[in-house]
Amino acid sequence: MVPGDLLPEDTAGLAVEVVDVVKRYPKTAVNAVDGVSFAAAPGEVFGLLGPNGAGKTTTVGMLTTRVRPTAGTARIGGVDVARDPVRARQQLAVVPQRSNLDRSISIRDNLIFHAAYHGVPARERERRADEQLEQFGLLDRARDKPDFFSGGQAQRVMIARALTHAPRVLFLDEPTTGLDPAARLFVWDRLRELRDSKVTLILTTHDMDEAALLADRVGIMDHGRLLALDTPDALIGSLRGEGTLELTADRSADGTVVEALATLDGIDRVEAIHPAAANGAPDAPDSQPLRVRLYLKGDAALLVAPVAAILAEHGLALQDVKLGTSTLEDVFIHLTGRTLR
Amino acid sequence: MSAIAAPPVARATQWHAFRMVLYRDLYVTWREFPAFLAQVILQPLFLLFVFGKVLGSLGYKQHGYANLLFPGLLALTAVITAMQTLAFPLVAEFGWTKEIEDRLLAPMPTSFVAAEKVLFALLRSLVATLIMIPVGILILGSIPWRWAGFPLFVAGLVLGALVGAGFGLLLGTLVQPQRINLLFSLVFTPLLFTGCSQYPWPSLSSLRWFQVVTAANPMTYVSEALRGALVPEVPHIQPWICLLVLGFAVNVLMWVGLRGFYRRAID
Repeated sequence: MVPGDLLPEDTAGLAVEVVDVVKRYPKTAVNAVDGVSFAAAPGEVFGLLGPNGAGKTTTVGMLTTRVRPTAGTARIGGVDVARDPVRARQQLAVVPQRSNLDRSISIRDNLIFHAAYHGVPARERERRADEQLEQFGLLDRARDKPDFFSGGQAQRVMIARALTHAPRVLFLDEPTTGLDPAARLFVWDRLRELRDSKVTLILTTHDMDEAALLADRVGIMDHGRLLALDTPDALIGSLRGEGTLELTADRSADGTVVEALATLDGIDRVEAIHPAAANGAPDAPDSQPLRVRLYLKGDAALLVAPVAAILAEHGLALQDVKLGTSTLEDVFIHLTGRTLR
Repeated sequence: MSAIAAPPVARATQWHAFRMVLYRDLYVTWREFPAFLAQVILQPLFLLFVFGKVLGSLGYKQHGYANLLFPGLLALTAVITAMQTLAFPLVAEFGWTKEIEDRLLAPMPTSFVAAEKVLFALLRSLVATLIMIPVGILILGSIPWRWAGFPLFVAGLVLGALVGAGFGLLLGTLVQPQRINLLFSLVFTPLLFTGCSQYPWPSLSSLRWFQVVTAANPMTYVSEALRGALVPEVPHIQPWICLLVLGFAVNVLMWVGLRGFYRRAID
């Protein structure tokens, strides 16, 4: 039913299943989502990565019952979202990128009413609201209205609100975009705790670092299609041999060294680096120690010795070597030929 | 295939969600009650004061005008309050606050979210209209009242509120946020002055074209029904015609409004 490589390792009781979903909006020539399939297990963090307009939001919209699929099936906790949206809504919660908090009531009431909509009994919803407010460090602001909250605080309130009805699957859209570094770490910590308590997290993001750090598996989307789906390590590993090697020699040298390096097997191209001086203007190149970046076709480890030998032939000593590893961004560029942002 | 699908959502759970959303609206209204009063009372209060009291004191109007104006103002309050209660928040909620999303994701059908808005608009409209009764007594000294007309009075008010709610649903899902001020100039004002609240419809026979225009405004039938209930001695459109037209208008407006709501709620 679902192709094997699209499944997480633990397939018992999948939290999210998407099978060949298609969304075509009326009066458009192409499908916004064009046959996407993936699945996520309980407690898995699944990242959907792609540029704006890739189809991430539409895919999540179908899973969260706000967009009707044109074809295919989407299930949340085994419930077909198109056939039984009401039951699907019980299983899921959504944290949008922009605040959709109820501005007429305090944030504590926001949490309490959300729980009430989801049928949590009166005493219990107050308990859960206070518990979540404390978890998210918002207890002292419980009686404030959302208007007085910054973007990052509103984000925290929305995550806290989502959790008051104990969803099995939590959808987060760009969860930490625009947050300051401390707030970012805080949200990441909370999300990891959620994963540990077996809540499935579906993140949509165009932030590579966030996806690499948080997600167990990442699906890369573009033009409505899923181009690749694997763990961040495996995706990056698929680019093996396409890293970089950055060298610094002990003194300056002329262009013949660079030419000699370019002739080595396994090197794609060589780029000399000219750092700017403190005042912003480049120093005379010959006064600076030689720095070059090698773009590799093969394994970096095998190239260090021949590179050192060539430098030695030109009377230079190797002073520093940096291995540049590929990132998810490189994977994306490799797959689409474009950068994400 | 998942082995642990959740059980079907009980009807009780869905109605609980509906009730809680209604409770939220009532809770907010209660906490902002003075603002609610100001919003619903001021306009009819001034109309009542100027047309019913000031013009009378200055000798510009016929005796008995206040009696035919009062039912008209009740009609106006019923329709406009319901419409405002629905239209403005809906434009904002779909347009920029997105507050409605949390309710659309509650475990109930999308139609329940729309139905709750209609019910809430109806309740607010009825409260606002009932408040007009003591206000009328206060300003005019006495108001026309007939217990015999009470069933028609209630039917007219409820249908009037539902017509307003239907307009509100339609406009709230149709109007783009940046055009919200057009609601006032292009919709509210014409609706306000062609709804026969300040004059009985049969008396317009000498101004035929305007009589035709007012016949197209559902509010006219609310005003006329309430006149039929409270001041039957004033010439008015037959109550059964009023109720029939209003019933039809409510059905059409709700059907179109609900379609608009679905279009905004689900892609």
